[in-house]
Amino acid sequence: MSVAVRVIPCLDVDAGRVTKGVRFLDNVDVGDPVALARAYDAEGADELVFYDITASSSARETTYDVVRRTAEQVFIPLTVGGGVRSAEDVNRLLRAGADKVSLNTAAVERPELLAEAAQRFGSQCVVLSVDTRRCAGRPSGFEVTTHGGRRRTEWDLLDWVRRGEELGAGEIVVNAMDADGTRDGYDLDSIRLVRAAVGVPVVASGGAGALPHFAAAVQAGADAVLAASVFHFGSLRIADVKSHLAGAGIPVR
Amino acid sequence: MNTPSVVVLDYGSGNLRSAERALQRVGAAVEVTSDLAAARRCDGLVVPGVGAFAACMQALEDLGATSTIRDRLGESRPVLGICVGMQVLFDSGEEHGVPAKGLGLLPGEVRRLRADVLPHMGWNTVVPAEGSTLFAGIDPATRFYFVHSYAATGSDGLVSTGWHGERFVAAVERGPLSAVQFHPEKSGDVGAELLANWVCGLR
Repeated sequence: MSVAVRVIPCLDVDAGRVTKGVRFLDNVDVGDPVALARAYDAEGADELVFYDITASSSARETTYDVVRRTAEQVFIPLTVGGGVRSAEDVNRLLRAGADKVSLNTAAVERPELLAEAAQRFGSQCVVLSVDTRRCAGRPSGFEVTTHGGRRRTEWDLLDWVRRGEELGAGEIVVNAMDADGTRDGYDLDSIRLVRAAVGVPVVASGGAGALPHFAAAVQAGADAVLAASVFHFGSLRIADVKSHLAGAGIPVR
Repeated sequence: MNTPSVVVLDYGSGNLRSAERALQRVGAAVEVTSDLAAARRCDGLVVPGVGAFAACMQALEDLGATSTIRDRLGESRPVLGICVGMQVLFDSGEEHGVPAKGLGLLPGEVRRLRADVLPHMGWNTVVPAEGSTLFAGIDPATRFYFVHSYAATGSDGLVSTGWHGERFVAAVERGPLSAVQFHPEKSGDVGAELLANWVCGLR
């Protein structure tokens, strides 16, 4: 037996509420991230990701509260990302009940943050989330962007993920900005390239729209598959994704 | 029968809330604390742990908890190590090739797994030791949540094993000492079953 491929729903949380229309569940307050986390757990999610899009720092307290209440009710791993700026932010999220914290823009701006977090809390809880886009001018054909793909950086995708691993990231999420929201499938090239470049788990993110997309990402080298809208809108159920993966000979829980 | 009291030892950072809630869920009265008197007198002591082996050992020593653990075991009082809280019970560990001394309560060394992808992160099966109390009544096809790069590859007592690139010690039960490499507190309902098995044996 080997470790199961993880299927991970991701929820955007704004000031303690899920704002993007989530409409697949009856009898659930679809704005309440804790209720949704419970529902996804019951459906067989292997982990959960909360992505905090709260703009005002004063409202960020609500995020800690959401994490706290989720950890009290849901007994699968929880990753929290979005707006994490310092090792102290990481500490507070872990103490609130997060198992992993995902770093993106702040790590690009100050890569040492990855090392600080890894040294203090261990690599197992430090996730490097990378927003990448195709760019012919880069050696790998992909560049790293920040601010949800709006800003370009100096980094080639592969240089950055190797550096991130070296600094102590225990997992890498590849968010393909070109594929994001298209539902045309994950960007398999970037997954293949990152898988070959690092020895830590790789999570495919962005573009999932149909059942075969998940198996394709795993065959390209992903250890986990993340999706948001297809789960929220009920066009795909977690159990269906898992049976499709199992049918392709991929181990699932 | 009284509710068994459990202390989750707070000796550093990380998520202790899940362990607290998971143990409450299976009927224990749980306190998360660094108070050694409480850790000494409770019915069951949980030693969690994330991060690096040497850092965890250092934090346990700084708190004075290493003697608390030894004293409890000397009196046959239950202790459950989780993840790095399990690893530090062994003779020794290593990080990036540098050896570190453990508590020496279980024979064996903890070293980096020989696997293509590390950390070993996700849900995996365990082959339970025959006669295991922890895994009693749990389907052998059950998956538990693991996240670790290092593990012991052999020990003494009832050894349940996992596989990631190679065989490793997923759980050990020896007298009052129990230890699991995975996270029962993050392993959903089956994790709760395993914790219930441990809590049931506390009094």
